[in-house]
Amino acid sequence: MITTDILIIGAGPTGLFTIFEAGLLKLKCHLIDALPQPGGQCSEIYPKKPIYDIPAYPEILAGDLTDKLIEQTKQFKPGFTLGERAETIDKQEDGSFIVTTNKGTKHHAKIVAIAGGLGSFEPRKPKIESLEKFEDNGVEYIIKEPELYRDKKVVISGGGDSALDWAIFLSDVASEVTLIHRRNEFRGALDSVEKVQELKNAGKIRMITPAEVKGIVGDDKVTGVVVEKKGEDAFTVDTDHFIPLFGLSPKLGPIANWGLEIEKNAIKVNNALDYQTNIPGIYAIGDVNTYPGKLKLILCGFHEATLMCQSAYKRIFPDKKYVMKYTTVGGVEGFDGTKKEAPKAVVKAIE
Amino acid sequence: MQDINIKITDRNGVKHDIVAPTDMAMNLMEVVRSYELAEEGTIGICGGMAMCASCQCYVNSDTELPAMTDDEDAMLAEAFDVEDNSRLGCQIQMTPEMEGLEVTLAPES
Ligand SMILES: Cc1cc2nc3c(=O)[nH]c(=O)nc-3n(C[C@H](O)[C@H](O)[C@H](O)COP(=O)(O)OP(=O)(O)OC[C@H]3O[C@@H](n4cnc5c(N)ncnc54)[C@H](O)[C@@H]3O)c2cc1C
Ligand code: FES
Repeated sequence: MITTDILIIGAGPTGLFTIFEAGLLKLKCHLIDALPQPGGQCSEIYPKKPIYDIPAYPEILAGDLTDKLIEQTKQFKPGFTLGERAETIDKQEDGSFIVTTNKGTKHHAKIVAIAGGLGSFEPRKPKIESLEKFEDNGVEYIIKEPELYRDKKVVISGGGDSALDWAIFLSDVASEVTLIHRRNEFRGALDSVEKVQELKNAGKIRMITPAEVKGIVGDDKVTGVVVEKKGEDAFTVDTDHFIPLFGLSPKLGPIANWGLEIEKNAIKVNNALDYQTNIPGIYAIGDVNTYPGKLKLILCGFHEATLMCQSAYKRIFPDKKYVMKYTTVGGVEGFDGTKKEAPKAVVKAIE
Repeated sequence: MQDINIKITDRNGVKHDIVAPTDMAMNLMEVVRSYELAEEGTIGICGGMAMCASCQCYVNSDTELPAMTDDEDAMLAEAFDVEDNSRLGCQIQMTPEMEGLEVTLAPES
């Protein structure tokens, strides 16, 4: 059982900034995210694109924003459960919560902050018969452990960055890598496209284009895929693994069944006060919530996270007196023993 | 600037007659969102950058559309349920030339 003060569901910009605001109040955070990396939409959808409306940054790449948020929260030593989806929530007698993931990992916290954005990022699955039957038996949509593919035959399908990047990476690990795409053209960073071209020329990646995987061969485990190439008869490519990489799409998923008030695929919260949901102790912040006038913007998520942490503090310590201190005045004391503070002014006579 | 009349069939097969402004720099995906013709969170995921295909639609009229950019073409090559008349709604700007446009939203994927 993982224990923490605030359990944050979603490690997008809102969830990440919550760690900092909670840390100022000496509250510890643990985050769950379905993605294997933090950053939410910023890292999954547009890491290399610029954002122009982060206060004080005339321009910042979404990937750099994620890196800076992580750096800002480091001294508060957050915990992460990545690559798992929060599935169920159970309220305990003392008012605390236990949240369990699809992999069975349990988390216990007094406060739950849902910062789930547009929802948990789930792989987009091509429509291939009996595809789901082979999931985890040779079909994978997200590559978590590259070692799984050591000296194995791998077929990747897709035409974007992740298909290119994984084909490049696995060409060093797997015994055979085949990349299948409906077009001859790929949509990715120029250097990835060029690298795949090089590996193809060197015989390290086999390309089948324009073509599509139409079926899977195997009893319990994948042994091959059926490929249709324009103007040719369908043929089978022997393989141990089939990895369809068609991007991820966000789905609100299990959170919709937690008894929270939902409107337009978002969680209704009290925006006059603290972004709490209809269940006391559960908050919803960032893109995942809705209230009159809601805007799905990063800076709004930051604001909501800040107010939510104050309310969480009062719930955890109802009897403690608290006054907000500016970070410039109070400094930032990490859970790792570090302390940042403003340098003292010099008081010295001028002769 | 004038408004234009377009017809949008939603994912449940219901046809809507829509009046779209041409002076708001709106694209078809945004028109669908502003009239709430698709559930929030199921369209416009990438905000209109031709990066998600959640705004895919089938064009049923012979309206002369803006040419496809490489980005749109490549995204459609990775999308599901693609037909010859598929386009990305976020790449179709509401201009006076779009008067009479008729589209059907592609299924959610
Ligand atoms: C192309 C694009 C451009 C954008 N440009 C701007 C801009 O210029 N300015 C701006 O302010 N905003 C912009 N945005 C919007 C901005 O990215 C979002 O407002 C922001 O990412 C929301 O942050 P969040 O932390 O609330 O949610 P998200 O970033 O969506 O993160 C939520 C995370 O929660 C996880 N999650 C959800 N449910 C579960 C669950 N049950 N279990 C485990 N994990 C779960 C998801 O996997 C996801 O990683 C843009 C968005 C896109 C797509
Ligand atoms: S909104 Fe994402 S491709 Fe159009």
